[in-house]
This record gives sequence, C-alpha cells and structure tokens, in this order.
Amino acid sequence: MTATATVGLSDLRAFLHGLPGVDKVGVEGRAAALGTRSVKTGSKAKAIDLAIRMVDLTTLEGADTPGKVRALCAKGRRPDPADPGCPPVAAICVYPAMVPVAAAALAGSGVHLASVATAFPSGQAPLEVKLADTRAAVAAGADEVDMVISRGAFLAGDYTRVFDEIVAVREACGSAHLKVILETGELGTYDNVRRASWLAMLAGADFIKTSTGKVAVNATLPITLVMLEAVRDFRARHGRQVGVKPAGGIKTTKDAIKYLVLINETVGDDWLSPDWFRFGASSLLNDLLMQRTKLTTGHYSGPDYFTLD
Amino acid sequence: MPKSSKVAAPAQPAGTAESGASVRLSVRKTYKLYIGGKFPRSESGRTFVVDGDNVALASRKDARDAVVAARAAQPGWAGATAYNRGQVLYRVAEMVEARRAEFAALGVAAGELDAVIDRWVWYAGWADKIAQVTGGANPVAGPFFNISAPEPTGVVAVVAPPTLLGLVSVIAPAVVTGNTAVVLAADPQIAITLAEAFATSDVPGGVVNVLTGRYAETAPWLAAHADVNALDLTGVESAELAAELERAAAGTLKRVLRPPAGGADFTADPGLRPMTALLETKTVWHPKGF
Repeated sequence: MTATATVGLSDLRAFLHGLPGVDKVGVEGRAAALGTRSVKTGSKAKAIDLAIRMVDLTTLEGADTPGKVRALCAKGRRPDPADPGCPPVAAICVYPAMVPVAAAALAGSGVHLASVATAFPSGQAPLEVKLADTRAAVAAGADEVDMVISRGAFLAGDYTRVFDEIVAVREACGSAHLKVILETGELGTYDNVRRASWLAMLAGADFIKTSTGKVAVNATLPITLVMLEAVRDFRARHGRQVGVKPAGGIKTTKDAIKYLVLINETVGDDWLSPDWFRFGASSLLNDLLMQRTKLTTGHYSGPDYFTLD
Repeated sequence: MPKSSKVAAPAQPAGTAESGASVRLSVRKTYKLYIGGKFPRSESGRTFVVDGDNVALASRKDARDAVVAARAAQPGWAGATAYNRGQVLYRVAEMVEARRAEFAALGVAAGELDAVIDRWVWYAGWADKIAQVTGGANPVAGPFFNISAPEPTGVVAVVAPPTLLGLVSVIAPAVVTGNTAVVLAADPQIAITLAEAFATSDVPGGVVNVLTGRYAETAPWLAAHADVNALDLTGVESAELAAELERAAAGTLKRVLRPPAGGADFTADPGLRPMTALLETKTVWHPKGF
C-alpha cells in the first residue's frame, strides 16, 4: 500500500510543500503575547488541576529500575497524598522494558500507561525492529504508544517512507493510542514542523508530540502553536480530531498555564481536556503540586514536602 | 541618623551655566533590590522615597523570588570548603573598606565602620574554626567512632536591624556557616550599598539576598514559607508582630531567633550564639575495630 493511495492524494510531497509557509515572526510574536496572560486565584486553581490531569508523568532514563517506576506510578495515581482532592495524572510514560512493572502498578487506577517505542529516541532502526518494539509494548499492557518518526528520512525528503512507517506502527498498535513524536528540535524550521504534523495526521496519528526530551531544543510555545494550528486545520478538512503533546523543558506551573492559554486561544475548549492535550514532563508535576498547595494553604510550599523523582 | 550630607552632587564647574555651555547632570543611583546576585527593581514596580532617594518597595513575589535564589545557591555555598567561604567573606571586608567614603556619606560614623569591618573579619575567621568548637568526637560505650559535626540549617530569613553594624551582625553569622539568607533590610541605602560590596566580591549570587521596604508586609510570607528553614527576628521592633511571626513559623517547624530582650547591643562581643543558633548537629556512628 502506498502513501498516496491511503489518503487519496495525488502526490504527498506536492501536498506537504503546498501547505502555506509559517510566518516565523508572527508565530513567535503571538506565542509571546499569549504568554503574558495573567491567570489568578479561582481560574488558576482550575488551570492547575487541569494541568495535573494532563501530565504524562515520564521517566525515560537508562537508570530506570522497577522500584523507581513503581514509585512513579504511585505518585501518578495519588500525586498529593495529603490531599484526596488532588486529581491523578493522565498517564505514566516509560520504556517498553518497564511496561509490565508499570502495568501491574497502575492496574485499576484509570491512569493510562504510555510506552515509547520504535527505537526511541533516535528512531534509527530497521522497520521490523520498530514494529516488534511496538507490539511488545502493547502486549505488555501499554494502551498508548509514543513513536518517533525517522527524522533522517523526513529531512532527506523521503516522506513516503515516514508515512508508511507511521501507518505500519499504527497497525501494530492495535487499539492502543498512537502518539507520533516529530522531534521538532531536529526539524529545523517551522515549515517542517507544519509538514511533519500534517504527515503524521494523514498517516493516522491520534496525537502529535513535539519532542523526545533528549535533544537540546524541546517543546516551545511557538512550535506548539504551529502544531495546534495544524490539528485545527486538519479537523476542519478531514473531520477527525487529533491531540497535541508538548514534551520536554516544561518545568513550571507558569509554563503550563501559558500552554493552556495557547490552546484556548488557538483551538478552543475542545482541546482543553486530557483526551486531547498532554504535557510530557517529570519535574513539572512537583511545581504544580507546590502551587496547588500554595493556593489551598495560603503559604508558599517547598520541594522538601514532595517526593524527589 | 544624619543623612543630609549624603552623596552630594559635585559642585558645578564655574562659569558653564552662564556661558551657555552644557551643564553636566550627575547620575543618581537608584536603590534596587539584591536578588540572586542581580539588582532588579521590585516585580511590583513599587518604589518609596527615603531621604530623597527612590528605593524599591519589595513585594510578596520579590520575597518568593529571593527564597528561590537562596535555595538554589545553598548547596553550592554549603558545599564550598570552609576555608574558601572564609576567604570569600574576607574579600567582602576588603570591598567594604574600599567603600568607606560611600558609607560615610550615608551617615555611618567612622568608628562604627571600623567596628563593622572588624566584625565581618572576625566572622570570616570563624568559617574554618566553628566546626572544631561545636563539633567533635564523642566518647561512647561501644566499638564505635562517634563524631558530631555542625551543618547549616539552610535558607534563613532575616529581619535586620537598621544600623550597618546591626546588619552585618545578623548577615555574617548566618552565611559564614553555609546558610543562605533573605534579608529584610531596614535602612535601604546602607543595605544596598553593602549588597554592592557582596556583588563585587566573590560571594556567589543568591547567598545573600536583600529586600528593602516594609518588613511588616513581607516578613509574614517568609515566616510561613515552607522552603525557609530559619527565621531571625532581631530587627523586629513590635513584640506583637514578633509573636505573630513566630506562630506562623511554627507551622513549618522553623528555627526562630527572637528579638533580643531590651534591645540588642551590637558593640558587645557577639559570642558564638548567633552562629550556633543557625546550625544543626549531625552525629555519625561508625564501627571500629576492623
């Protein structure tokens, strides 16, 4: 099956290069302007709880152990043990080898289990290896799969290969949700981010995700804005809603709230839900909890009162 | 304190105004906050006038930012060798010495300035000696080495007294042992001039942070802040406010230094108490006999 036959496009390359170019100055200016919004008191409390429910609590280290993953799962289920009103996170995100441990720790909690796959983070492996990686993760209990695209192939202009890989991984996922990591820090231009977003959505992605968190440039507001515009335009054209997940480098509540403002102003309420927007993060959660505690107790909290992870 | 004589504008060169040549305007100093090694304005944009100078009026968020800076600086400062901390503090004394004229213009008497520099050097010398005096090997009934060593408490919030001698007498004992400090200064010009001495010596940014303004407004936030480990109330004048701050500090089990009964005499020998009050003792049992 070729790419063009799947989506009924006469020429994938012509379509992607026919997308309007991104106005770099405009998109950065708009993201910066929206980043200055002040969200306070009651609205801030709601924003913090929403952001906690959107967190994909992530550990992707070579040093991950079953114990660390179990601790992370416990934290994801009950982020603030002192406050039963604190919502759980959206998902726990781990390497495939840790999926069985996490699946056991999360059973019955309603917290999703995401696994990176397809030779994360580089994606530089043969397709059969990537598919086996994906099938193993799903078989072990992951209900969300975070795949990486082959940036090498994308940058070389081999869009069909990237497309076909996403389609193949999509099939290997079965019922699991597929998040496609574009690794925007390696794509170089906003135009490429827009093209890669459309390519991933046309190939069947349920989510498009900015980054692996393993390169110098991770999620930024302007890049997320370009991706939000892409999912908005894609829904208008094809009638299917796709989620967005910025990942890497989002560390503070202030950052998270900027993203929520960006969603509200770009794609609206429909995306303001953990089903359609996620934060790939680890240290963000502690800051959200500290800010939440500040609002509930009236005094500033400190990192001594939350788990180190 | 007489301040009328402070930083007088230099006399205008004779004849320039009359002849229509350009008149030189002197550059006046804006007294800002000192947070994380930088001199930012108040986040709130507020200022107030003290003796004709515009001075930043610190807000709750400035206090929060100062605690973040102090917390970030604390492990590195405590992790530096005691000898190194002593050298850095000695350097501060050199910088204060070099600013004698500036402090004098702010109304600090020469005798007080001598005492200030001597006090600072005295504390600098304690950096690598306090552990010998307050720590040691303990005799125990068993095959163990038992060793006690003082450790810094962490981030200390200080309500400072108004004089320069009072100010250094609360800052130096806090930071010499490896704590970092958020100081609510009573006399803005003197405190920020001292901060300039910190900034031009080798004190890492964030080890001392100085907020100017009304401590009655900012101190309660620091007293209740869960990331502040100790509270020095030496400069609090109202017994009622001191009690209120101590109650707020109890919520997070902070160490609290009460204002000295009957007012502080900073000219007296301070003893070790100002340092030991902000230290915790760590005791290690180590088996011996192998």
